[in-house]
Amino acid sequence: MSPEPHWLVRPKSIRLLWVGGIALLAVLVAMGAFIHPHAIFGIEGTFGFNAWYGFATCAAMVVGAKVLGWVLKRKDDYYEH
Amino acid sequence: MSIDALPPGLLLITAALVLAVLKGAARKVLVLAAPLAVLAVVWSQPEGALLHVSFIGHTLVPVKVDALGRLFATIFLLMAAGGGLFALNQDRPAEVPAAFVYAGGAVGVALAGDLISLFVFWEIMAIASTLVLWSRDDDASRAAASRYVQVHLLGGVVLLAGIAAHVNATGSVAFTAMKPDSFGTWAILIGFLINAGAPPFSAWLPDAYPTATYSGTVFLSAFTTKTAVYVLIRGFPGAEILIPVGLWMVFYGIVYALLENDMRRILAYSIINQVGFMVTGIGIGSEMALNGAAAHAFTHIIYKALLLMAAGSVLYRTGKTKCTDLGGLFQSMPLTTLCGIVGALAISSFPWTSGFVSKSMVSQAAADSHLAWVWFGLTAASAGVFLHAGIKFPWFVFFQKDSGLRPADPPWNMKLAMVIFAALCIGIGLFPGALYALLPHAVDYQPYTAAHVIEMLQLLGFSGLAFFVLLPLMKRTLTITLDTDWLYRRLGPDLVGAIGKAVVNADRALRGRVMTALARLLEGVKATHGRHGLFARDLSSGAMAWTTVAVLGLFLAAFYS
Repeated sequence: MSPEPHWLVRPKSIRLLWVGGIALLAVLVAMGAFIHPHAIFGIEGTFGFNAWYGFATCAAMVVGAKVLGWVLKRKDDYYEH
Repeated sequence: MSIDALPPGLLLITAALVLAVLKGAARKVLVLAAPLAVLAVVWSQPEGALLHVSFIGHTLVPVKVDALGRLFATIFLLMAAGGGLFALNQDRPAEVPAAFVYAGGAVGVALAGDLISLFVFWEIMAIASTLVLWSRDDDASRAAASRYVQVHLLGGVVLLAGIAAHVNATGSVAFTAMKPDSFGTWAILIGFLINAGAPPFSAWLPDAYPTATYSGTVFLSAFTTKTAVYVLIRGFPGAEILIPVGLWMVFYGIVYALLENDMRRILAYSIINQVGFMVTGIGIGSEMALNGAAAHAFTHIIYKALLLMAAGSVLYRTGKTKCTDLGGLFQSMPLTTLCGIVGALAISSFPWTSGFVSKSMVSQAAADSHLAWVWFGLTAASAGVFLHAGIKFPWFVFFQKDSGLRPADPPWNMKLAMVIFAALCIGIGLFPGALYALLPHAVDYQPYTAAHVIEMLQLLGFSGLAFFVLLPLMKRTLTITLDTDWLYRRLGPDLVGAIGKAVVNADRALRGRVMTALARLLEGVKATHGRHGLFARDLSSGAMAWTTVAVLGLFLAAFYS
């Protein structure tokens, strides 16, 4: 019988981490209602700006990298031939 | 010469040369003591020009101390000490002495008061860093080192041409703030930017650094790009061209790191990303921005070294560097995992780490200068740092799928070096005042406001969410990503090969035609002059005699008739 996997990699723990993480994100967004940022450009002081901006720009970078990868990726022994 | 005027860079280089012939315990003691002793010398020296040397009609100032130079000399020496501790059990004899010459060169650049002294130390760094690469002594590192040194010698030639033109135009060798408005200053700027890893020459860095030994890459990450940041802060503050160059570097680093499979190449790309923040700050040019660039160089050296020490420990224990071969190491390397995570949080500017108190000064400077597109770019890039280095590196190396590898944490000296650097990352994050006091301009900045902390946590938290939601798009593959080095690694050799082949073919065809023509000529000569040729027949002399007799006969008959 294989030994019990580390507690951190058990499906139950992973589910718990997802729930905890999302709850934490929700709290962070909610806390945004109680701060008063000194907005210089306007939009960056709106409620939840850093949350959606962080998610959207990261998604754009991942997708952008993926597209670039189709053009520029080669096998890792490319230069050895 | 009093101790006040001793060039600290040369002191460390001298210690490195002694180190090269030492063995055993004495060597280990000198490795740890030399950088700290030189650090004490730097801090005992008063500010001002401390040494003057006459050279070809110019007065050189090899040692000139001020807050900016001392800040960089300090971090270079701390790095040499920490790297030395990490590399204490390195069995390649040349690596640490070469790394100390390299660090001495960096200290020399940071304290050089004139362009000629600066150039000398600059080139010492190029040669010594190549030796650090070479000390791995395998085919890949030898080839990469040869490409590396060629790029840096080219950069050195451009820099020297710029210095010569600048000195010729101004009559002064002093290293002071310049503007890119003449051939000389442009060439100097380009020479500096090549070492910073700026486009289109970024590829030298991820090509070369990850080929060094487990400890060599730790040293390499610290000096070349950060001396470039230092000379840009002193030489080109507020040069606007640096803003788009820096922004290009931050996104280049993120995108290439996202596509990369080798853990040390991921971290190499993220050096360019981080230097991009500094270069952008230098381009903004306000006191806040320059302080931010200098502070970020300081904190970056520590957390990047820490990240590469964690990666180096994994390489040391497993011999592997590809994410596709790694994973699950947290189970048997808990300390390395923890230190790697601290480094990853610091590079991501997580509150209560060093990156938070330094990088946010650059963003704040962009906002204060009302540079909207720069601020939005830097904010997106801050989220992207968490994505490509802050989560990607620890996730794929220490967590993700279980590779089944169960390596132990590395030996005590490597663990101690990581713990010290991790403590510095957190210490500077919690008590930024000590770092702020070392900066070149007075600091009027409070990083820890409720708004700033919550905004940063939101940005990083949702960047993390994006990472795990989009994880299927980031599946690791056994691939590399083409870069501008393709021009000299593939296109150049292919072109030379094709031209060579064309010359050989043309030569062969021409020779063939000449040989055919010669053969035909010989055939003709043979036909007329050969053994049976018209002019070689012995029959013809007999015929000639008979003809003569006949003609004479006819002549006689005609004459006497």
